Amino acid sequence: MSSNKQRPSILDKSLSRGKSEVSITAYALLFSEMVQYSHNRVQSVSDLHNKLSELGERVGVRMVELLFVRERNYKRETKLLNVLLFVKGTLWKSLFNKEADKLDRATDDERTFYLIEKEALVNRFISVPRDKSSINCAAFMAGVIQAVLNCTGFPAKVTALWHKGTTFMIKFDDAVLIRDKQLEGR
Amino acid sequence: MRANDPKKVSGELFTLTYGSLVAQLLKDYENVDDVNRQLERMGYNIGMRLIEDFLARANPGRCYDLRDTADKIQQAFKLYLGVSPSIGSWSPGGDEFSVVMETNPMAEFVELPEHCLGLRYSNILTGVIRGACEMVQLEVMAWFIADQLKGDNMTEIRVKFVKRLEDAIPAGED
Repeated sequence: MSSNKQRPSILDKSLSRGKSEVSITAYALLFSEMVQYSHNRVQSVSDLHNKLSELGERVGVRMVELLFVRERNYKRETKLLNVLLFVKGTLWKSLFNKEADKLDRATDDERTFYLIEKEALVNRFISVPRDKSSINCAAFMAGVIQAVLNCTGFPAKVTALWHKGTTFMIKFDDAVLIRDKQLEGR
Repeated sequence: MRANDPKKVSGELFTLTYGSLVAQLLKDYENVDDVNRQLERMGYNIGMRLIEDFLARANPGRCYDLRDTADKIQQAFKLYLGVSPSIGSWSPGGDEFSVVMETNPMAEFVELPEHCLGLRYSNILTGVIRGACEMVQLEVMAWFIADQLKGDNMTEIRVKFVKRLEDAIPAGED
């Protein structure tokens, strides 16, 4: 074991500029293995969604750091709508090379927002058997969004639903809305 | 923003997704050897499917010897991971060679902590090579002999030809 070799410190390397690309096939096959791996270790659909969401959260945590250093010049978002626009725009563009299709607010609940993506990348290569039609592997992306919101100070719960393609239902904690209203009142 | 090539996805998304998988495996398995094994196995599954995509897309034609095979592996790294490894260090018998990467896209943003020095972080790649080759009737062994995550200058995978596989005759036929 080469334990006497100097292991490189990640902080000594310059930050990636984010222009690298891999084939979509490579990603699809990797994701497929991750879904199968998770699927073998769960008993229920909601457990599977939780596992996938957990996998996505690790990605989200790191994307926040990466994007705020690289693209936002270390300035964090303090307003609710702006952080949602960050998710719809900057985050989505970095991950999926496009903005999310639509951002809506629930009419009956001011804590709930809907981020709509007609064709979620991760679902493009997944076919769900008819008897398990509630499985939505975009739970992975929901995890990414959830981690991004939690890490930027806007705690929320995000779930992926089959609606208009894929709809991510974002439900913020009450405290977030209260604080945002106070900010506006200023 | 890069030009929208529908056949490509963000390298960072790929790297972070893979990292999340490795982190999950480290959580699920008690020891690092099991993680290494699991990564290799998942790579094997991927390789078995990847080869079909490769044959369809690159239309590479038959390999007549191991050098052809090495060439195709090099092509595949470029096609799927966007890196250009070099092939070298051929054994005198011509049955072993190295795939050498100056940058490993899977390991972007990665630092190995003290307690995981036995982890072969990118071990999924060795499985991909093994699985892909098996589907074209070639049994190979693939393993890492150098890793930049561990302080080496390059990341290097050794590939060794074991044997040609005969098509298995289905039971009941002669």
